[in-house]
Amino acid sequence: MAKQPAAVVGVGQTHHRAKREDVSMAGLCREAIDRALLDANLTLDDIDAIVVGKAPDLFEGVMMPELFLADALGAAGKPLLRVHTAGSVGGSTAIVAASLVQAGVHRRVLTVAFEKQSESNAMWALSVPLPFNMPVHAGAGGYFAPHVRSYIRRSGAPNHVGAIVAAKDRQNALKNPYAHLKNPDTTVESVLASQMLWDPIRYDETCPSSDGACALVIVDEDTAAASPNPAWIHGTVMRSEATTAAERDQVNPQASRDAAAALWKQAGITNPVEEIDAAEIYVPFSWFEPMWLESLGFAEANGGGWRLTESGATAMDGRLPVNCSGGVLSSNPIGASGMLRFGEAALQVRGAAGEHQVDGARRALGHAYGGGSQFFAMWVVGSEKPSN
Amino acid sequence: MRDVAVVGFAQRQMPEFDGSPTCVELLVPLFAECYEQTGWSRGDIGFWCSGSSDYLAGRSFSFVSAVDAIGVIPPVNESHVEMDLAWAMYEAWLKIQTGEVDTALVYAFGKASAGVLRRTLALQLDPYTMTPLWPDTVSLAGLQARAGIDAGAWDERAMAEVANRSLTDAEKNEYAIRKGGSSVEELLARPMYADPLRKHDCSPVTDGAAAIVLAAGDRAREVRDRPAWIEGLTHSIDPMSMGTRDLTRAPSAARAATAVDLVGVEVAELHAPFSHQELILRRELGLAGDVRINPSGGALTGNPMFSGGGIRIGEAASRIWSGEVSKAVGHATSGPALQQNLLCVLGATTEGARN
Repeated sequence: MAKQPAAVVGVGQTHHRAKREDVSMAGLCREAIDRALLDANLTLDDIDAIVVGKAPDLFEGVMMPELFLADALGAAGKPLLRVHTAGSVGGSTAIVAASLVQAGVHRRVLTVAFEKQSESNAMWALSVPLPFNMPVHAGAGGYFAPHVRSYIRRSGAPNHVGAIVAAKDRQNALKNPYAHLKNPDTTVESVLASQMLWDPIRYDETCPSSDGACALVIVDEDTAAASPNPAWIHGTVMRSEATTAAERDQVNPQASRDAAAALWKQAGITNPVEEIDAAEIYVPFSWFEPMWLESLGFAEANGGGWRLTESGATAMDGRLPVNCSGGVLSSNPIGASGMLRFGEAALQVRGAAGEHQVDGARRALGHAYGGGSQFFAMWVVGSEKPSN
Repeated sequence: MRDVAVVGFAQRQMPEFDGSPTCVELLVPLFAECYEQTGWSRGDIGFWCSGSSDYLAGRSFSFVSAVDAIGVIPPVNESHVEMDLAWAMYEAWLKIQTGEVDTALVYAFGKASAGVLRRTLALQLDPYTMTPLWPDTVSLAGLQARAGIDAGAWDERAMAEVANRSLTDAEKNEYAIRKGGSSVEELLARPMYADPLRKHDCSPVTDGAAAIVLAAGDRAREVRDRPAWIEGLTHSIDPMSMGTRDLTRAPSAARAATAVDLVGVEVAELHAPFSHQELILRRELGLAGDVRINPSGGALTGNPMFSGGGIRIGEAASRIWSGEVSKAVGHATSGPALQQNLLCVLGATTEGARN
């Protein structure tokens, strides 16, 4: 049996904040789930299966929290799966949920990804000393800063390109009612004036630490017929590579390039920069926008990415609007961040992105990565049913 | 649905693994065994999926190191569940059903001895109302066993019969870490551990890992004369709350049983970490009296966390491959007191798989 068509008909997310002390983990998830079901015009009774995703359990201090959450998530009496693929998990979780429909196993699947970092201490959770492992003691920014420096050296990028990304995404976030950071005064100049944290990454070029959740309702062709604006899934891909190996190119990892090539092929896309109308790319530090633009094939390697960003092409009104939602730079509930990218891409092609809608968006990319730039999850969604 | 079969299986079980909690040193030889069984190499595997727990490893991202065992250069199509091997296999089965790939290797690992397992598992409970009391796994199972005895659903003798049969069967299992049957009377004379549970009613703390290879259609037939075809694969979960569940039942196991065809099953490998849980499962699955239960010795004789469920499926598949039986079921559980349950029905022909 061939792959069955699947579509996103409901997208929900929480208001992302540093600390959501007004809700429990269950309450946080239900805030996103209830919005997604409302959007899909379905109830929990209509749902066949639930797929949960989140990053490390040490972030909340609960081992496999989906077990105690099962009832609150509406999973009681149903199949429940829990995915964990590091930072890419929000994307991977959506892909697993989609595969339940594409495999013909279920017709209506609910997927939710969350992180409630304020329950625990993420920095501690990432810094447990490990035998026979060199301690990094640098946080994610310290880990990725050398990759950024390497990119700048290779590509000859001017120093302000990262600031252009940060200012753009923070301005985009003002149009997203759910975004965590709302800093109307952020400009390229103010970003460049902010504290240097991990050279060349400045404070305003880093993502926040957020509590938040995202939920999607993914359904089969028959169910999607009742939706006024389904986002059809045109392609999904996951790729992984090793953390440490001498031959790795951590600036432009092979797993990323392989994933993009497979994705564009599945979706029947030959010229991504022309054929993709909006992209939600996982950019936790500003410089990753030009880096991923190159790796994904939107621009030539070693310089095409920063030129595209510098030209304004990735702004809301540009040729390839990137992270109109404000992106990871404006909201980062880690386990949910990937699903937010996938969900925001769906909102764009459904014409449901509100103030940050790209006019007439027909095909959009959702992208997530994790670990030491080694786990990748991506999808392409479209307003039209895929022909393949 | 596509015809998909279990065609490879490798396992390791031990009381204490003398190596890192990432278990990379265990996984490499397991993959080698899978390649030997199938005649394949890394490039033949279309999809990889693993199961493990960060809390067991005492760190975040424990699976990240484990992928090094694959040798992920060049990159691979790979995923991970924070669940038992059986659910990693479920995700791989889905991937094959979408038609994207024809083969998959799934694996899982855990070094339970690195901490105090019964306390570690207390962190699985409701963090707001239960974990602060630190009710450990064995005590919770004891409450469940007592509830069944009080309700007249089973007695200590029935539990001892399960343990005695398991320990006797384990003598033939090179991987079992507890073995040696005696008599029901002798077992009942042993001291209580967590009343009404005696030590032999509880699975031993076990380190280990396991791997399963799946293949579709002709890819399966090229590996084995008698692939173990997946006739049914389904799972379900119940609410966790101990106070509102009837602990003598496992509705999610019963629900899974209604979604598959268990008629004609000759062997059932049930993932019952406590003796009375086998009694619950036999009832919920409605298994006939002549169904052979846990010929491997089952979880009471070796239960590596996060592969213990998948090992049941591998053991069931082995008996199809050998020609010993034509239909078998493998079961996996997760969560406290049989909260979540999965069933995988395997058959020697693809006819059952198409029904």
